[in-house]
Amino acid sequence: MSQQQRKAVALISGGLDSMLAARVIKDQGIHVEGINFFTGFCVEGHTHAIRQKDRLKQKRNNALWVAEQVGIKLHIIDVIEEYKDIVLNPVHGYGQNLNPCLDCKIFMVNKAQAWAWMEENQFDFIITGEVIGQRPKSQRKETMPIIARESGAEERLLRPLCAKNLPPTLPEREGWVNRDDLFDFHGRNRKPQMALAEKLGFSEYAQPAGGCCFLTDKTYSSKLADLWQSRGERNYEFDDIMLLKVGRHIRPKPHYKLIISREEGENHYLSGYRKEFISLESISCKGPLALLDGVPRDGDIKQAASIVARYGQGRDLTEVLVEVRMKDGSVDELRVKPLSSDEILSSWYV
Amino acid sequence: MSEHHFELDARRMLCPMPVIKTQDRIKTLAPGDRLKVICSDPGALIDIPCWCRIHGHEVISSDTTDRIITITIQVG
Repeated sequence: MSQQQRKAVALISGGLDSMLAARVIKDQGIHVEGINFFTGFCVEGHTHAIRQKDRLKQKRNNALWVAEQVGIKLHIIDVIEEYKDIVLNPVHGYGQNLNPCLDCKIFMVNKAQAWAWMEENQFDFIITGEVIGQRPKSQRKETMPIIARESGAEERLLRPLCAKNLPPTLPEREGWVNRDDLFDFHGRNRKPQMALAEKLGFSEYAQPAGGCCFLTDKTYSSKLADLWQSRGERNYEFDDIMLLKVGRHIRPKPHYKLIISREEGENHYLSGYRKEFISLESISCKGPLALLDGVPRDGDIKQAASIVARYGQGRDLTEVLVEVRMKDGSVDELRVKPLSSDEILSSWYV
Repeated sequence: MSEHHFELDARRMLCPMPVIKTQDRIKTLAPGDRLKVICSDPGALIDIPCWCRIHGHEVISSDTTDRIITITIQVG
């Protein structure tokens, strides 16, 4: 009598651990499909796609690439809106920066578990590439049961790479997977994962333990905190968090900041926002495009033009012509003296 | 069986959004239908064909003109 083939959904980040976890379970005869959540903060490709100097670099989506290497389907889910609550109100708090890692993991396991498709297609359990002790905030022995419990996945959540350090889960107890063929990895040492990758024939994989979320980045988190402070509320739209990844952010006054492109690719990207922001660009000599975020008061646009001129080829001239384009498309031209480097205060850099 | 042709404008979207939009649109189509996806993120040139291979769809053509990428997919 043939046994029913069991099915697992694997959370695929695109890193080595989730790749190994999915492969290990697939090798046990389980039908595995991957799921990847797009929060808006994923590092994947965005900056490469924007910056001209990076356009020649390989821009693959690592989660898709991993799925293809493992030989599984991958479903990418847009969770941008729902994820806001995780970023804005993390029950378990933030990590070193604005990274709500524990809440994020609970959210993702819950989303996988609650995903109607999983039930409709009779998936039996969820797997992740978590390893005890690997991440200071979310991957600790104490947090593993919290994630299982608060996500609602309970004992249908299996971590193949560290399963032997945890009590047996339902798939192990029921014999759907063989616990003996799972692993007892722990800690920040990556050598066991690298050895397993080699054994499984994976010669290439995304940078081990590399951050895949902008919220773990100190500079990015500072920009997000500045955005909240300047607006007087903790909230964001998708375009806000995309723009935090682009250009220099300079805030000369609390009520406005400039997003100044650093190269042609960013110029091109920012130009797509000219109907949403006042934009400034040096026209008497080559210079960057800048967006003005905020509501300028008397003298602010002139100050902004002087700052923008500072970052163009006319920085040493006594006068530069800057085009100011309003959101409605009306255009003005201002003759300004570029600010000197001393006049751009270090405290203005966000 | 006649095939139907559809179009998806994913310009100004950065990956993985063009892939997500393609995935969601193809869910509504029938095998044999063709979807033309128009994008501006060069990452789509790698990601959309990869997604198609994984899910059993076929990329019929792929073209880049003036930073605009057009990928035509036949639903599997």
